[in-house]
Amino acid sequence: MRKVLVLFAHPKFEHSKVNQALIQAISGLKNIEIRDLYELYPDFNISIQAEQEALFEAEVIIWHHPIYWYSCPPLMKQWIDLVLEFAWAYGPGGIYLKGKYVINTITSGGSQEAYQIEGRNNYKIEDFLRPFEQTARLCNMVYLPPFHVAGTHKITDTELSQKAKSYKELLLGFRDQTDIANYRTS
Amino acid sequence: MNGFLANAIIYILAAIVCVPIAKKLGMGSVLGYLIAGILIGPYLLGFITNEGQGQDIMHATEFGVVMMLFLIGLELEPKNLWKMRQLILQIGLSQVLVTAALIFVIGVLLDVSWQISLAIGLSMALSSTAIVLQSLKEKNQMNSPNGRLSFGVLLMQDIAVIPILALLPLLITGDATPTDEATGIHGLIDSLPGWAQTLSIVGAIGIVVVLGQFGFGPLLNWVAKSRLRELFTASALLIVVGISFLMELVGLSPALGSFLAGVILANSPYRHALESDLEPFKGLLLGLFFMAVGSTINFNLIFTNAPVIISLTLGIIILKTVILLIIGKTKKLRLTNNLSFAIGLSQVGEFSFVTYAFALQLGIFAQSTSDTLMAVTALSMTITPILIVLLDKVINPAISKTQKVLEKEMDSIDEHNKVILVGFGHFGSTLGRFLRANGVEATILDSDPDRVDYLRKMGFKVYFGDGTRGELLHSAGAGQASILISAIDNTEYSIKLVELCKEEFPHLEVMIRAKNRYDAFELMEMGVKNIYREHLDTSIRMGEDVLKKLGFRAHTVHRLAKQFRDYDENALKVLVNFKDNKDEYISKNRQQIEMQESLLSGELMRKFSVNDHTWDSDSIKEADNS
Repeated sequence: MRKVLVLFAHPKFEHSKVNQALIQAISGLKNIEIRDLYELYPDFNISIQAEQEALFEAEVIIWHHPIYWYSCPPLMKQWIDLVLEFAWAYGPGGIYLKGKYVINTITSGGSQEAYQIEGRNNYKIEDFLRPFEQTARLCNMVYLPPFHVAGTHKITDTELSQKAKSYKELLLGFRDQTDIANYRTS
Repeated sequence: MNGFLANAIIYILAAIVCVPIAKKLGMGSVLGYLIAGILIGPYLLGFITNEGQGQDIMHATEFGVVMMLFLIGLELEPKNLWKMRQLILQIGLSQVLVTAALIFVIGVLLDVSWQISLAIGLSMALSSTAIVLQSLKEKNQMNSPNGRLSFGVLLMQDIAVIPILALLPLLITGDATPTDEATGIHGLIDSLPGWAQTLSIVGAIGIVVVLGQFGFGPLLNWVAKSRLRELFTASALLIVVGISFLMELVGLSPALGSFLAGVILANSPYRHALESDLEPFKGLLLGLFFMAVGSTINFNLIFTNAPVIISLTLGIIILKTVILLIIGKTKKLRLTNNLSFAIGLSQVGEFSFVTYAFALQLGIFAQSTSDTLMAVTALSMTITPILIVLLDKVINPAISKTQKVLEKEMDSIDEHNKVILVGFGHFGSTLGRFLRANGVEATILDSDPDRVDYLRKMGFKVYFGDGTRGELLHSAGAGQASILISAIDNTEYSIKLVELCKEEFPHLEVMIRAKNRYDAFELMEMGVKNIYREHLDTSIRMGEDVLKKLGFRAHTVHRLAKQFRDYDENALKVLVNFKDNKDEYISKNRQQIEMQESLLSGELMRKFSVNDHTWDSDSIKEADNS
């Protein structure tokens, strides 16, 4: 049984129906830890020590956040800037994240169709996530395809509960399946 | 003009007229006093009828020099003095010996008897502690390279006084026999055998050290608790006078003894309080002393004997300057600093008045010799301050221009802190700890002697004293500091402090703790920009935690709290005008209620949490759906 760490960053979680459903679906599961970053660090003063300890224990890491202006909320970026230290996460002696799996769980107002080359946003969502992908790679982690809840402005309750259910299944899979890389890409 | 009051009026008036003019002209107070002395002396206005009167005043006011050395000692911690030992010994000793020897040789070559030459050489080797240190302090150069070097030389000269006085009686020529008064400079212990004298000198210094370490602290603490300011001043005077008396008893220089006591008290919490209490006495005494020097210049003698006296004076000044320049050069002083150092110390000091009188009594000097030397000395004391002004205003700027000084920043390291913290109770100590934790040391003042004691034991550098006194702030370094914090919970006190700072230290950024909104109003009306209401942050922080416990999101609460605080601070700025418009007969209580009402209704209108639309997508959804 692997440990799964969900790093959740939403500046106004109380107003996000979609994320409330997603988080609720994965709460209280064995070996799945959720770190609510905006609740832990309301003043952006991140404890590097605590974050690194949590990372060290986990085998699968989820960057869970809404997409604002084609990127993550500022505290998520601050987390990356501060926690992924040189000589700890990368560089000489930076071996502590090596071989861990990492994915983005993202919610976006824009629909799947908007995130296409011919769509309104001109690029696929994977292209907007390249910085995360490369960050993972620099830390010798295995970056897997994102879990994307698109069109959150128009999502229906049934669609949402379906999405929440598959999010839960995904994480349980990460926790229990033997071959993660194949499991996610399949 | 007779009578004490009339005399006092003349001296004070002369000082009040001359010194500010001299300062305006950039000449420093020393020259101002000297000119005032010349002005009221027997040869110009004639208020002082003879030089004898001037000399009497001079001797009486020499005590100012003693006080000055005590005050300088207070600013010099023992470990810093120890670091200077090499400088004092090498530089000071070589200056005294070389100058004395050269004057001696020149005297002998000029066919003056060797005894007289030696006596003159030894007297003239010494410089004027009063003039040099006063000028250095005024120009804030005590910590500059030339300031330190000057201080080292002067300290050595003060030590040299003892052997010089011991040596003079040995120079008596066969036909003259010393009278009893001739040995009057030494005190009670003269009748004792040699070993006992040495023992009592060591004993006296020991007494000063022991008292300084263990006696004065408890005494001052005890007096401070009575909260009578004049008693504290009296104890400060007692310390200095007592030590001087003890030193004279064993034939040591009182200046040296009180300097030692000052050094020992440099670590005491009462340091700044002592400084501010003694400073006016020192200033007045020194001022009188300089005036007395000015009034003793015998212009009749100078005019009748002009060539001799003027050439002697200039000769001495040039000789001392050259020797000091060479010494400065070996210590690698920059040219400008070296010139200040050498010319600054080039006069003959006040101590030589004592040796002339002594030599006269001993029969080494004839009356005419003594008179001539007195004139030379007083003249040199007047000329060097003028030379220094010239040097500072004309010569050094010219040199600096041609040399394009690169190493400007390095030389005068200011030892004063940038922050002065008044009040070290719960509020002030938290603040002080926070600053200290971030490497900012503040000069801390507190007026509770017990607390000062206790905090000192905990390793804080707290000084005893009342921050609303200008002199105390001055000695705490308000002139050099950039921020003054009042952490006192007494607004009247803070207001006094603000007024004082406005008047005397307008450059200081003043940061004030206020009890509540009404105190804040008063401070705002005085133009204070940085006001900290003591309850504001704590109560909002508590409110933040309440909201979190009720289930609000932490980051949202964090933002709302900040918004609320800004709103409250801004409302204050609006309400301060509102307060002025109210008729006077409306009670304070009524005003208070009205203000609360307007604040509350303002908050209702704003509905902070309801109106917080950040990150909301409702409007986007509406636009999408339409």
